[in-house]
Amino acid sequence: MTAKLLTGNSAAAWGARLAPVDYIPAFPITPQTEIIEDLAFWVDRGELDARLVTLESEHSMITAAAAAASSGVRAFTATSSQGLLYGMEMIYTVSGWRTPFVLVNVSRGLASPITLESDHNDIMAARDSGFLQIHCATCQEIADGVLIAYRLAEHPEVRVPAIVNLDGFYLSFTREPVDLPDASKAAAFVGEYDPENLQFKGNTPLSQAMAVLGGGPYSYFRYETHLAVERALSIYDEVIEEFAATFGRRYDKIDAYCMDDADYVFIMLGSFSTKARDAVDSLRAAGNKIGLLRPRLFRPLPAALLRQWLRGRRAVAVIDQNISMGMGGILHSELATALYGIDKAPLLASYIGGLGGRDISQQEFFAIADELNLAYQQGAAPPVRLLYTRNEMTEMRKLQAIAQAEHAEIRQAEGKS
Amino acid sequence: MSKQSPVHFHRMKDMPSTHLLGTGTPMCAGCGGLETLHTLYDILGEKTVFVNAAGCMTLLSVYPFTPFRGGWLYTSMGSAPAGAQGVRDALDILLQKKKLSAEEDVEVVVITGDGAAYGMGMSATSAAMDRNLDFIYLCYDNEGYGNTGQQYSAATPHAAITSTSKGSHGYPGYKKDLFAIWAAHNPAYVATVIAAEPLDLAKKIERLQSLSGPRMLISLAPCPTGWDYDPELSVEVGRLAVRTGVWPLKEYIDGEVRHTKIPKQRQPVEDYLRLQGRFRHLFEPQRDEAGIAEIQARVDAYWKRILEE
Repeated sequence: MTAKLLTGNSAAAWGARLAPVDYIPAFPITPQTEIIEDLAFWVDRGELDARLVTLESEHSMITAAAAAASSGVRAFTATSSQGLLYGMEMIYTVSGWRTPFVLVNVSRGLASPITLESDHNDIMAARDSGFLQIHCATCQEIADGVLIAYRLAEHPEVRVPAIVNLDGFYLSFTREPVDLPDASKAAAFVGEYDPENLQFKGNTPLSQAMAVLGGGPYSYFRYETHLAVERALSIYDEVIEEFAATFGRRYDKIDAYCMDDADYVFIMLGSFSTKARDAVDSLRAAGNKIGLLRPRLFRPLPAALLRQWLRGRRAVAVIDQNISMGMGGILHSELATALYGIDKAPLLASYIGGLGGRDISQQEFFAIADELNLAYQQGAAPPVRLLYTRNEMTEMRKLQAIAQAEHAEIRQAEGKS
Repeated sequence: MSKQSPVHFHRMKDMPSTHLLGTGTPMCAGCGGLETLHTLYDILGEKTVFVNAAGCMTLLSVYPFTPFRGGWLYTSMGSAPAGAQGVRDALDILLQKKKLSAEEDVEVVVITGDGAAYGMGMSATSAAMDRNLDFIYLCYDNEGYGNTGQQYSAATPHAAITSTSKGSHGYPGYKKDLFAIWAAHNPAYVATVIAAEPLDLAKKIERLQSLSGPRMLISLAPCPTGWDYDPELSVEVGRLAVRTGVWPLKEYIDGEVRHTKIPKQRQPVEDYLRLQGRFRHLFEPQRDEAGIAEIQARVDAYWKRILEE
């Protein structure tokens, strides 16, 4: 194995190269674009025997990826944010085609206001689509995650597409040392693409993605997809065992840190969990028995495993880098559902932060830990917190003051003319 | 896709005598779009995959039945040409990797209504032509969002009553010139067709079979349900669309537009309009001379320009 210093985007491209993929429908969007640039470079130089085609939108790109997978080739594609939402009709549509392929989403906040930096509202919008979701926290996990995603998606018992998610900027443009799997070992691990019965051939009549009439057949196919996604839960364990045996790296469904004796727990997705990990180290040094859980596999949600990890803990802080308007944190809702009614359920507190690339500081993690302590003593969870500092509010007020001053100046000038 | 040697269509008896497409579809009686599809399918044959966008024809294949003997893939309203891109690219990759033999290869055919072709699917279609995708596109143009009850679309002609233009003057806009828009992309082939002129249609299908790249067909699809006339009049309405000059039959190839059937003595447009309930307000309760004259003048101006060229 060779260690290379790679950005998260390059690691994603390497994952596709090592699978290896046959077909890459593409469309540029920040912060994902480097992935398709890397792949295009390799295809042009003959280092990757694949076809890359730039479509005119993500809607078309996802259609083309699924249509190609439905015609018998291994497809890969990537997008971010507005692109994922522009293609959302097809995200929901193609999972029902039961065509396995992999899409890398480089998470970025959604408009409005339009922005470039990371949060998870984009990927959460695909939550109910039927795509599997693997969330990454390091560049190593991205390259490995793409290979794992193909194995899982293409498994005969699963056969749905998969999204591998990484955070824009924090991972997409951050270089980390990555042990790239050996090409032949990677190809052997993923295996040949088996289109099964999905292939258009001159001598084989086949209709795909047909309409149905009535709720009976409709429900049947919807339930079938749901059950297939659920099956990925146990199959993930098989795949991960084999991956660990082959490459020496283990990726459990939930990454657990300092959990053995933890009374208190942070739960979050993605690369910001590495900040929480630092906070856990500091808090532990100060005598706070706190741990961290990071679900890698988000769809299917490993609910039973979450219950297992959390039963008997004192209090849990769910830190969401997303916001469901009028409801709050989406991961928090999922945790509440998973834990409802169990014995010795912990108190569940909800924090929203890290939107649009905003940092979550160590001080904030410490304040959250203090609140968990207090909540346990008082026997009640605190209200939902929208993380925002006094300093941020002061800066915002300054911007508003400038905007108001400019506006007044323009009106005054208009009045004079 | 390897190109077939052409069959020559000179007379009506050269036309296929049996239909390849199965019967019992849920299309309306007298559907002009289905008639065009019959001819296209009879000539192209079963080594085809039809990539469909949301529209009337989506109901051709309803699980577990299909009238097609080859392939079918429903996509969405806006992205059928992108579906064709994925299928064509996959077939080419499989051919190149020797996982598919030339005999197993299939022709990729997009089939959409005017709602998709003139509107939502236009950027996907434009981009497929940019990429010189080797495919056939059939737009069955019934001049409105037919499957949802004939609301006006960008293909609706001036003055037509639709379910969203029910006022006394009908649709105030004018039919978009999709032929010109498609031809501006310089694809391998663009043609307007109509099932009521089967020989012209067959010859055009034969011509596009000898070409590769984007091969685009716009079929006017007389629609008894949406245009409000008796289904038995579908062929007559179609013929009159051509004979009045309302629907010029033409093709674009190698940068040139050629009219394939120039009506010698054009009948007045009112012969065409009068048969259809959607234009009844031009004749009842009293004749709208100005309205009819405007439609006639536009048709006359078109042909004057063509004949002077």
